[in-house]
Amino acid sequence: MWTYIKMLEFPVNIKTTNATLATAIVSQLGGPDGEKGASMRYLSQRYAMPDKRVAGVLTDIGTEELGHEEMVATIITQLTKNLTMDEIEKSGFYQYYVDHTTGVYPVSAAGVPFSAATIQSTGDPIADLHEDLAAEQKARLTYDNILRMCKDEPDVYEAIKFLRAREMVHYQRFGESLRMIQDNLDSKNFYAFNPSFDKGATCL
Amino acid sequence: MENMCKEDLMNLIQSTNFTVIELGLYLDTHPECPCGLAAYEDYSELLKKAVKIYERKYEPLSIYGVENDGSWDWVQSPWPWQKGCDC
Repeated sequence: MWTYIKMLEFPVNIKTTNATLATAIVSQLGGPDGEKGASMRYLSQRYAMPDKRVAGVLTDIGTEELGHEEMVATIITQLTKNLTMDEIEKSGFYQYYVDHTTGVYPVSAAGVPFSAATIQSTGDPIADLHEDLAAEQKARLTYDNILRMCKDEPDVYEAIKFLRAREMVHYQRFGESLRMIQDNLDSKNFYAFNPSFDKGATCL
Repeated sequence: MENMCKEDLMNLIQSTNFTVIELGLYLDTHPECPCGLAAYEDYSELLKKAVKIYERKYEPLSIYGVENDGSWDWVQSPWPWQKGCDC
């Protein structure tokens, strides 16, 4: 189960609204490489992990991603607080506004709603961990793209920089996790069977 | 810690909480590391103390730390997204 802690993982205190930036950053909530997908991916995959340490990595990173979802949602909320109709009409935000006003809705920057089709849970630890490594890199590059857009907004920049750094650490931990799973396989048969499914698996 | 203002104590809690999260992830893949284990002991102890003081002096941080004074204190303090942009 989970317990809510009434604070953010990293402080977000944005003093200037910026609707255009919100339109871009919302992609890290509901976009194809966003935080909602990240948490759902890891928290779904963990049930098929044969190694307790790796199940721990997925549980703890999946949990941290829920906290990142909250940080991104907070950034959106603060960037769009008390917007005037004039600001909404002049920024690209009006397309989001017409359906969601300034509410938080998981959607990509291009307006595609969050979909579980952007994630996988294959029941195969090696395939899943490779997906996780790729997912962390994709999230990292999305934050790189966002950072180029918010150089003049220090309050936003610091929070995005923190989130970007976490992708790097998660990538490292998933790399170690993959090695742990592979170390417990027959080295001649890395990809010959699914260690969570096939009876012939030599791990565990 | 006992004499820290609310903002400073929250900063300490946030940064210590982060350190504990980071050490936890590290220990998931390095469960025998003596340095990691020792650091975890220190920081999780510091976090426990700081949270206890914060919840007693200011406001609850989880549903397990609510100290009520006639009404449900959990919903009295602002939520984490209700800060920033006062414009």
